[in-house]
Amino acid sequence: MQTLSSEQRDVVGRIVAEFKGRPGPLLEVLHAIQAALGYVPREAIPLVAEGLNLSRADVHGVVTFYHYFRSAEPGRHVVQVCRAESCQALGGEALADHARKRLGVEFHESTPDGRFSLEPVYCLGNCACSPAVMIDGQLHGRVTPERFDALIAETDHILEHSPEGP
Amino acid sequence: MTAAQTLVYVPADAGALSLGAEAVCRAIAAEAARRQVGVQVVRNGSRGAYWLEPLVEVATARGRVAYGPVSAADVPGLFEAGWLEGAAHRLRQGEAQAMPWFASQQRLTFARVGLIDPLSVSDYMERGGYQGLRRALSVSPREIIETVTRSGLRGRGGAAFPTGIKWKTVFEQPAGQKYVTCNADEGDSGTFADRMLMEGDPLSLIEGMTIAGIATGATQGYIYLRAEYPHAHRILRQAIARAYEARCLGADVMGSGKRFDLEVRLGAGAYICGEETSMLESLEGRRGEVRVRPPLPAVKGLFGRPTIVNNVVTLATVPVIVHQGADFYAGYGAGKSRGTLPIQLAGNIKRGGLVERAFGLSLRELLYEYGGGSASGRPIRAVQIGGPLGAYVPASQFDTLIDYEALAGIGAMLGHGGIVAFDDTVDMARMARYAMEFCAIESCGKCTPCRIGSTRGVEIVERILAGEDPQRQVARLEELCEVMVQGSLCGLGGMAPFPVQSALKHFRGDFLARVSS
Repeated sequence: MQTLSSEQRDVVGRIVAEFKGRPGPLLEVLHAIQAALGYVPREAIPLVAEGLNLSRADVHGVVTFYHYFRSAEPGRHVVQVCRAESCQALGGEALADHARKRLGVEFHESTPDGRFSLEPVYCLGNCACSPAVMIDGQLHGRVTPERFDALIAETDHILEHSPEGP
Repeated sequence: MTAAQTLVYVPADAGALSLGAEAVCRAIAAEAARRQVGVQVVRNGSRGAYWLEPLVEVATARGRVAYGPVSAADVPGLFEAGWLEGAAHRLRQGEAQAMPWFASQQRLTFARVGLIDPLSVSDYMERGGYQGLRRALSVSPREIIETVTRSGLRGRGGAAFPTGIKWKTVFEQPAGQKYVTCNADEGDSGTFADRMLMEGDPLSLIEGMTIAGIATGATQGYIYLRAEYPHAHRILRQAIARAYEARCLGADVMGSGKRFDLEVRLGAGAYICGEETSMLESLEGRRGEVRVRPPLPAVKGLFGRPTIVNNVVTLATVPVIVHQGADFYAGYGAGKSRGTLPIQLAGNIKRGGLVERAFGLSLRELLYEYGGGSASGRPIRAVQIGGPLGAYVPASQFDTLIDYEALAGIGAMLGHGGIVAFDDTVDMARMARYAMEFCAIESCGKCTPCRIGSTRGVEIVERILAGEDPQRQVARLEELCEVMVQGSLCGLGGMAPFPVQSALKHFRGDFLARVSS
């Protein structure tokens, strides 16, 4: 188990102090930690629990209940591909397969070079423009496999070698 | 620059942005600078005609002329053609308001969406905004609740419970802290009305929540927004800040001496949190596990206090009802489904988008006259109505009317008004597998029929897909569906079998005619 750096501890401490007086603050605290660090490190859980007067089990239970919270550091870019019905009706499954091949990883995994994480998402609310993809919070509609490749290239244009490997 | 500036509207709606609206915006600014013409860009919401997005409108002497779908590369040519004067161009759609697709709609809830700058309180007020709250502050709480009840407004999130009755229950609870919560956890695939409204006219939601607070004595509101909507999040937060600045929120709402505070809280990617008691758990900072009812949230809700839980569209419809009166709103609709419904056309459809019409038009009219048939050009084989827990409706039932009772009559449900079209290449057994898989992924785990049943459901459908004794597996699947429907604690496990059962009923061949692998 890794320990938190002193900077990370400070970040978590500041966030807990900022939100602790508010009603039902735990989700807000976790959102703020993930926004600052990119994920919710396991080692942050005791700090949050102590600061909010909750048990570690309570905090762990909440972190793991919600799909949005990550317990591991994600790749530099997070690629979310919608897998819900509307996107399926317009080739969403083929796009998901293409995304896996293009990035060389399965869903919930990151590329070995740490550039991309691939995540499934169940509806981005862009159903009149299916299939939809979100990259680092930017929404894209009517994404074909070709457009997906272009978006990935734009996202990381210093990509000299394909993550598909040699 | 002293020359008059032409107003050009470029939507900042997430859907329009997903199709390149930001690049269009930059191209317009660059081209205007190059030509030294005065252009002021306004970021409006979307009109909901997504096949034309980015749909850019130019305010000319002849009205707001629309051009779309505009790409950044089209922009120099549009200037060259004289679009600032509304000139002809292959992308010219005429006045947006006059397009048949738009002109035949009855937009009450979405009256301002796409028309105004969503962050301008003065724009909002010029088009009828805050008239509802003004009236609410001049009458008794009982009278507000009576108006909402008589309008026939029912919960647009899916449960279709009469809104006024819910409010009355909260009103009648003993004085003390009460809450108004807005369920903006729009998780159903095929739905985006909440998102469009929050991005295109957030003040109508804020006004509706404020009226709910005034009517029931609740002084604190929370909007529970899904984390998948970062654009809506930014716009909502800014709109709330503007409403505070205009003194339409806070300690002295519009000078009435009454308090109403409002904030946005983010969900974290859990479909179950769209279920109202699960949403309350989540707002309290816990796992979004459903609560056993009773007590109802109206009696014992957020932090144990009386709480209104309403959907975005429901709350955003309240201002027009309170302003124009119960009879005005109830004058629209059919049977027990009063008013209008913002319907969302999605999936394999040529003209996807938002159609607000009075209840009572047929599915066929929606899919073919508004939707223009499938995007692929192939026949539409089925539509799923009401999200991942909604039934699949075959083409033979497309003459069914869109109202709560008519759809219930064919074993379907309207839900949040999303309709996802599939062409004849769809494999309904695969869609049934997905329905079970989605339930397994999203189950909160509290009750066994949902938690275990959905996983067993995926396994059974996989055997069917592999052609392993499909007759026997189909019988087991039907039995499992029945157990989940009867035995689950909430609507997730209780309704996840609906798409499966409807697929089995209408498309049985897709399950039985599998070839053993």
